[in-house]
Amino acid sequence: MNTKFHIHDLSFYFNNTIALKQINLEIPSNIILGIIGPSGSGKTTFLRALNRMNDLESGSRIEGKILFDGEDIYNSDYDVVALRKRVGMVFAMPVPLPMSIYENIVYGPRLSGVNDKKRLDELTEKSLTAAYLWDEVKDRLKTSAMRLSGGQQQRLCLARVLAMEPEVILLDEPCSGLDPISTAKIEDALTELKKEYTIILVTNNTKQAARVSDFTAFFLMGDLIEFGNTGQIFTAPNKIETNDYITGRFG
Amino acid sequence: MRIHPRYTQGGVVAVLGGATFLTLMILIFIIVFILEKGLPVINLNFLTNIPEDMGRAGGIFPTLIGTILLPLLAIIIATPLGIFTSVFLSEYTKETKVTKVIRFGTDCLAGIPSIIFGLFGYIFFVITLGLGWSIISGGLTLAVMILPTIIRTSEEAIKAVPKSYREVSFSLGATSWQTVKKVILPNALPGIVTGIMLSIGRSIGETAAVIFTAGSSLRIPSSIFDSTRTMAVHFYILAREGISAENAYGTAATLIIAVLIVNLSAYWIMNRFIAKRS
Repeated sequence: MNTKFHIHDLSFYFNNTIALKQINLEIPSNIILGIIGPSGSGKTTFLRALNRMNDLESGSRIEGKILFDGEDIYNSDYDVVALRKRVGMVFAMPVPLPMSIYENIVYGPRLSGVNDKKRLDELTEKSLTAAYLWDEVKDRLKTSAMRLSGGQQQRLCLARVLAMEPEVILLDEPCSGLDPISTAKIEDALTELKKEYTIILVTNNTKQAARVSDFTAFFLMGDLIEFGNTGQIFTAPNKIETNDYITGRFG
Repeated sequence: MRIHPRYTQGGVVAVLGGATFLTLMILIFIIVFILEKGLPVINLNFLTNIPEDMGRAGGIFPTLIGTILLPLLAIIIATPLGIFTSVFLSEYTKETKVTKVIRFGTDCLAGIPSIIFGLFGYIFFVITLGLGWSIISGGLTLAVMILPTIIRTSEEAIKAVPKSYREVSFSLGATSWQTVKKVILPNALPGIVTGIMLSIGRSIGETAAVIFTAGSSLRIPSSIFDSTRTMAVHFYILAREGISAENAYGTAATLIIAVLIVNLSAYWIMNRFIAKRS
């Protein structure tokens, strides 16, 4: 199995508070990695370090290294824009841009210079189908994405990422505001997608991690407490904190 | 003693409603007062004829030209400068001491009385640059005057665009400029247009800054290096010199109608733009 991300002694600071403490982790390709842990444990910060979205916050500082396909993404001459095209992200709250469904989907490809109408149409159908949304919106691609329901909006956000044809998809609690049916649709989509993509899923719902992920990492107070096979983490965790968390004793 | 919330609620409604009503009445009173005195003077001849005898007789045609040209020039110069500056301040710089000083400076500039800008324009554009009393001097002075307003209102409008839109755009592999072009400016547009409208209104009605820099010639200008007179200046001179109260009111009424037309058309264009996007 290939290693997609190689994380070496990663520490992360916002101004002077430490958010991640010396994380070491190898993320293989074509798997779903579930990241669990209570709020404030650094899950989201870790996720946003992988496509350098933390750069947008003032006062953020990193120590250690993140290698993506062997290249250090925090190297000063690394192309951040190219990185974000290869490492897509779905946020916790669905954020459709205030334009049509179609324009939302082709936003990424257009930025990369794809202007061929036929190619854009193909990408739209393919990515909306993969996100289990095509049948619901195929007749109204030109209407505003703001008019979709919350669950549809989140699937649109997933489709929008897929249209970029990335290698990795980061998901930051993508189902936190969704009903169980929409959640199931997203989970089905993810299970299909891991054949082609590496998926990293931050979730507050430990059951979701148990359902869909191949590997699970447990974060607590900025530390990576335990990383392993999902089956092993949920049945025979090595650390007492992991056991307490997944059995619902805290968090 | 505790007053029952029902009564305080009633009292507050009376106070808030009263304030709104009073504001509305003052506004209506001013407009009705001016229009009542001015409208009877306005007709096609008044708008298209050249003034005679210093404005005692004849029309106000040259001042219409001046009133269109000066604010137009000012807006053409100040709008790109102002929007570019606000985009740079809000999207390309992190919040530092320098940006705070710049912001404080623009706030101060926005509050400076217009006659100071007039004096500056006179010394710098008219005398130092040798542009004389001219449309270009007046336009540049008005541009300098409205620039802080455009910068600050544009910046507020840009800041009001949800941070999540920026994050989504960046996460989809957009550069800062692509994000500005495709997400930020289209969403900030209504706020930016409001700032520009305020600025147009201010420059149409401006006298102090204009009289010092564009002069008060009643001839029809043949180039932007000619002196001109705006409606506001014409009104000021007619009233101040006691030339013709009747024509002064006519000019004032035309001015009010002009501002109204500018505002209404801007809102119409903006609503069409918004309707197209949602």
